[in-house]
Amino acid sequence: MEIIDQHTKKIMEGCKERARDAGLSFDNESIEYIVTNQDLLELRPKGMIPTLYDYWIHDLEVIKGKKEYDLYPNNPYETVINSRPALSFYNDNNPDWLNVMIFYHVLAHIDFMQNNSYFRHTWDDDFVGMALADKRLIADFRTKHGRWVDYVIEFTRGLDNITGYYQVLSEINSPKKRTPNKIDYFFDVFLQKVKKVSIPEYLKEIDHYNRTLKENPEQAESTFISEVKNKHAEFENLFEKHLREIRPKAKDIIEYLIQNSSFLNREENEWMKSVMHIVRNSALYFEPQRRTKIMNEGWASYWHYELFLKDDRIKGHEIDFAKVNAFVTSIPKLGLNPYAIGWRLFQQVEEMADKGKISYEFEKIHDADARKKFDKKTGKGKEFIFNLRSNFCDFNFINDFVDQDFVDRHNLVIIGERINQQRMTKEYYIKSKKAEDYKEKIINSLIHPPHITVSHEKQEDGILSLEHHYEGKQLVPEFIENVMIGLEFLWGGEAQLETHLIKKGKPEKIIYKIKDRKLTKNVAS
Amino acid sequence: MSSFTKKNKTPDSEKIPRHIAEELSSNKVHAISLPEGIPFGSDLADQIYNANDLHALQSFDAPAPSYKTLKSLDELLERDERRQEDGFKRKINVGKIIKPGRGGSKQVVIIPTTTEDKFYHDNRVTEDESEEEQGEGETGESAGTAKGEEGDVIGERPLTSEQEGAGQGAGQGNGEEHDVGASAYELGKILTEKFKLPNLKDKGARKTLTKYTYDLTDKNRGHGQVLDKKNTLMEIIKTNISLERFDPEKPIDPENLLINPHDYVYRVLSKEKDYESQAIVFFLRDYSGSMSGRPTEIVCTQHVMIYSWLMYQYKEQALARFIVHDTDAKEAPDFYTYYNMNVAGGTKIVSSLKMVNEIVEKENLASNYNIYIFYGGDGDDWNTDPDAFEAEFNKIFSYVNRMGITIVKGGYGPSDRITEFEKFLKNKSIIEKNKDLVHLDVIDGEADDKRIVEGIKELVS
Repeated sequence: MEIIDQHTKKIMEGCKERARDAGLSFDNESIEYIVTNQDLLELRPKGMIPTLYDYWIHDLEVIKGKKEYDLYPNNPYETVINSRPALSFYNDNNPDWLNVMIFYHVLAHIDFMQNNSYFRHTWDDDFVGMALADKRLIADFRTKHGRWVDYVIEFTRGLDNITGYYQVLSEINSPKKRTPNKIDYFFDVFLQKVKKVSIPEYLKEIDHYNRTLKENPEQAESTFISEVKNKHAEFENLFEKHLREIRPKAKDIIEYLIQNSSFLNREENEWMKSVMHIVRNSALYFEPQRRTKIMNEGWASYWHYELFLKDDRIKGHEIDFAKVNAFVTSIPKLGLNPYAIGWRLFQQVEEMADKGKISYEFEKIHDADARKKFDKKTGKGKEFIFNLRSNFCDFNFINDFVDQDFVDRHNLVIIGERINQQRMTKEYYIKSKKAEDYKEKIINSLIHPPHITVSHEKQEDGILSLEHHYEGKQLVPEFIENVMIGLEFLWGGEAQLETHLIKKGKPEKIIYKIKDRKLTKNVAS
Repeated sequence: MSSFTKKNKTPDSEKIPRHIAEELSSNKVHAISLPEGIPFGSDLADQIYNANDLHALQSFDAPAPSYKTLKSLDELLERDERRQEDGFKRKINVGKIIKPGRGGSKQVVIIPTTTEDKFYHDNRVTEDESEEEQGEGETGESAGTAKGEEGDVIGERPLTSEQEGAGQGAGQGNGEEHDVGASAYELGKILTEKFKLPNLKDKGARKTLTKYTYDLTDKNRGHGQVLDKKNTLMEIIKTNISLERFDPEKPIDPENLLINPHDYVYRVLSKEKDYESQAIVFFLRDYSGSMSGRPTEIVCTQHVMIYSWLMYQYKEQALARFIVHDTDAKEAPDFYTYYNMNVAGGTKIVSSLKMVNEIVEKENLASNYNIYIFYGGDGDDWNTDPDAFEAEFNKIFSYVNRMGITIVKGGYGPSDRITEFEKFLKNKSIIEKNKDLVHLDVIDGEADDKRIVEGIKELVS
């Protein structure tokens, strides 16, 4: 892997200027690498992060069931790495005009990743640098603990597709809470909820506090609290308990294990928690890319098209560009192309917003002709799509904007496949032209990991109890045993999982228990 | 190019061949599926997440994993064994992936494979939707683009080509394998978790596993190597019909037929892909009189298991040869014959070893293949010349990667009797001297399948 030459870097800097003028925003620094096939072979299992921690499974080909692969690619195989500075990868023999096109595409990706709020938790970090530190730490652990490091990685990875990604985002976005002090606790919780005093009594206490404060502003707090303690012997204990209760809850199973597993909290096993943190953080880092694949590719395609055609440096290569662009953004006869759908959807939304069509006023109109002619000339299209790029993910993008107009305009259909026995062929036929079917098809193809939580109510006698919130799909039964064995290891004791398996088309509640590495399965009563 | 007609089987019957129909209706997942490929049964896959910039914009293809670039297999398998010692399940399979190449050609790559187990949603089963309810013959659906009305057929493709292209399906395999093959495949799948071929080495430059043979399979018009008379005559008749030179009232006079030079159809040599094997496995079995009944059953069962396992795990990398012997050795053409051959006369084990050595020498197998020999018998031997016997053994040890000998007791004589063969092995300390190359397993005549599997483990450990 080497850095692109000065000539090419200069082209990139030119692209940056033009992209900024058009409204995109991204950091100044970026690093571009030339990669070979050999580099890619090593990068691919590591999600294109050159510094990701080593793990022996990366040396194998990971085989998945036929459909899982479509849904859960664990190898994002991408050109742009969302780090600070952003990295991107190139073939060493791209002609300049092609590099211009790719650079615009890349810059739009960088803009997307640095402005879309689903990436919020990645904004402050140089992920590649962090990964390098983590990799060294893991290598260091390996010299001390040998293969057990790999077991911890393996077992944590068994849970890393169900990290609390949304919980992490929501914590970042909610205002920071101040840890309450004893005075806060006394007035806000103790008097009101523990003692349940009457209002006059409450006011009396406030009065008392205010007097103390007036007499001696410096010492008021401690004087007042010691008085409280004299009066209520239980106060100190209750306050401690309250602090424990309001401590933020674990955001996912991995975090829960780190906080609560007696096995991991033994002194000799402390290192395992660092390994688990590393695995969890790497997994969280990859989440937003998966949730915004269509938008991200659509946005990048939109901008490489916009900016390339306006670029004065590439005169004479319009036809070459048209070829590559058509290859990238054509709608396939069969299948979904995220570039194509994303790009066209952005175009359509911009056009609609330009005409003021994204409004209640427009929604009210049912007359097809009037809908067609509707044009308020608001000119707000660009602003609107920039807004989408900041705040939307694939799900709401598709769900909000794929409508019958869009589907009809691009002849989007659902195609069925069936056997024709007479002709000994497989036939493809138009199964549906309805927007709702098309929308459903895309939404069903989007990543949606199972929702599994620690169930606190059912926790007893040191048994870790997990609950899978059934959403019409069972878990892959073949994989349950290994994940549970890992869970037992990390928890340091018995564990159970409540889930549903589909039997003859109906869900049936099942409880899996793991004890001494033996899995048992029982139908729940 | 246009004058070439591609070799293409046209379906003889109106019905779908049984194995294709089964494959289509089955929702089973093949143990090793093509990651980049399209699942068999449906050509439709929505690949939102497979699309990537490197491919789309820069024509970088995801690099194919290859045996060479990955960590050494031994190292990985060793790690896998450690897992078992540590009380966890083994995770590595040595599988092969058939990668579809350009122009429909296939390339076989051996790679260690695994799964990363997580809690994933299972898309194979859905609520309230069994296969039948999906509509008649419906095999899948996809998003796409098309002009037309709902219900319009917009394209089709023949079923037969898929059978060839899709690789892993149950429809694979040539006829002679298929009898044992179908059930052996399943069996092998289970056994694969338990064994691996010991001492497997890289031999020669044969790793690519593809070679070509030339065969007269393609047709060419106008010139070529061998005249295809039937097709030529048909073309001549077609030409003459279109020229209206046939009078239905009169008998045909061949003298009057006009022949267009273009009507000559020739067969031409064409390149056919052939898979080359890395390992060759000899199965040797005593079918003498003393073997009748239980001993034969046990040896055959064990060899079926080994064969199934090899077929599954090393399919196109492992060749099998079959030899039976009484006082003379005889090669059986396939496993089926080997398995079913009936009991004959006396016993001379040396005859079979001699035959193996002859084959290896004559076909120069030692330099190009990993060679494995599995012998099964009751230990009875009418050997008169121990030194000659030992000489054959020594020859074998000069090339073999592993020889596995199974002796089933309880045919003739009491089961605790030391057999002639055992005596010989002991006197000449064949086993002691070649610990890594030959393993011996003595099985009781009453042994069950589990014991037999244990036996294989011992032989290949």
